[in-house]
Amino acid sequence: MSNPTELRYAPTHEWAKLEGDVVTVGVTAFAIEQLTEPTYLELPAVGTAVTAGGKFGVIESYKSTSDLYSPVAGTVIEVNEPLVDDPKTKRKGDPKPVNDSPFHAGWMVKIKLAAGATLDHLLTAEQYDAQLAAEGH
Amino acid sequence: MSANRRTPLYARHTELKARIVPFGGWDMPVQYAGIAPEHKAVRAAAGIFDVSHMARVSFGGPGALGLLEHVFTNSVATMKDGQVRYGLVCNDAGGILDDILVYRWPYGFAAVVNAGNREKILAWLEAHRAGRDVQIQDQTFDTTMIAVQGPKSVELVAGMFADDVTTLKYYFATPTRYKDKPCVVSRTGYTGEDGFEVIVPNDLGAVLWDDFLARGAVPCGLGARDTLRLEAAMPLYGHELNETTNPISAGLGWAVKLDKGEFVGRGALKNADPAKPVRVGIELDSKRAAREGCAVFAAGGEQVGTVTSGSLAPHLDKSIAMGYVNPAVANVGGALEVDLRGTRVPATVVPLPFYARRKSAK
Repeated sequence: MSNPTELRYAPTHEWAKLEGDVVTVGVTAFAIEQLTEPTYLELPAVGTAVTAGGKFGVIESYKSTSDLYSPVAGTVIEVNEPLVDDPKTKRKGDPKPVNDSPFHAGWMVKIKLAAGATLDHLLTAEQYDAQLAAEGH
Repeated sequence: MSANRRTPLYARHTELKARIVPFGGWDMPVQYAGIAPEHKAVRAAAGIFDVSHMARVSFGGPGALGLLEHVFTNSVATMKDGQVRYGLVCNDAGGILDDILVYRWPYGFAAVVNAGNREKILAWLEAHRAGRDVQIQDQTFDTTMIAVQGPKSVELVAGMFADDVTTLKYYFATPTRYKDKPCVVSRTGYTGEDGFEVIVPNDLGAVLWDDFLARGAVPCGLGARDTLRLEAAMPLYGHELNETTNPISAGLGWAVKLDKGEFVGRGALKNADPAKPVRVGIELDSKRAAREGCAVFAAGGEQVGTVTSGSLAPHLDKSIAMGYVNPAVANVGGALEVDLRGTRVPATVVPLPFYARRKSAK
């Protein structure tokens, strides 16, 4: 399993990428392998406050429905809109990029870090690899 | 290291990079390329499934017919040689112990039993043989079973066996030979498509698997098997069926022959409570999936039932579910709501099956 070394990871299989004070969040390739292909995503609206370890959305696959947990505390400033339904235009969301490119095109939200919040509590790629190995994957 | 059993095809699954999950005491492939592509391959062409985890039991001796007639809700005596019949094994209260297939041969009978119920059913058979002269043989670990399913499965199996199996009628089986060894081919399946299930000795299991792959069949896992059977509205033991459900409320009354004579559960089923919740098909007005355990409500009203299986259906591209609801709200077209994690989503009672294949014109 090759998890990008420039990212940090939550034990619940979300990744976080820090640029300035903005953190881009998605789920790992391992998460997608476990869930099977995503069929539906629910993400928070821009402006929503999130906490580290708090729920920020839902991901559904053919097999299961799971919560998404924010790796960091802050405020959602951008959402990967094409992934989710737009009730205004009735456009259906397409979560396929999450399946095909979980670390890049499948990013979900961008979060502006809360004052004093850091990524220090998150796992490094090496530690996340070790967690997967310990779980027998 | 898992304590689960592995089928003779386990190495094939890992070579094909399948994701393995525990199921019914076995380590089984849940998917290879993905649930949606595998599901669609079965609807459009042909897919193969390792179903070796299913228990295979043979019955010999003059008491075999009597024992099967005693523990099986459907009629066995009226079966023709080579015929396969679906039915239930019930307890005295009419609760479902398993749903099984019985095969009739000129020389005896066989049954295919759910993997997770193998030990329970073997013990049940032993407890009900009551001095009958019958030999019961569990052949699960000596044989490999592969299902080939989909509209192309007939042309795919043509020429593979010593006898022409393409002329088998639906729910009939024949003993034949594969690579000069005895095997059984039946025209059965669990996907809603035409297809066959083949039982071979273990040393030919991987040979048969590779043969099917070389002929263009797509390997399919338990994930696609589940979404396919859901679209076809086939019940799954442990979800739609269990010891607290009975065949009448499960919509399987057609597989219960109350007039065939005494059998275990008959008295209870004759007097089955008509107010008991019944199995229905539900279509949600959403792309979100209902899951097992989701509460079902009358539109704007109180809880009337519970979901037993649900998914976004890969072929139909709709959110479908099966569940049990009060008979008063079970009519097709009735408005319901399903609670998806605190949000009530509008839903409708729809006829089962959700998907039925077009019968080929002959």
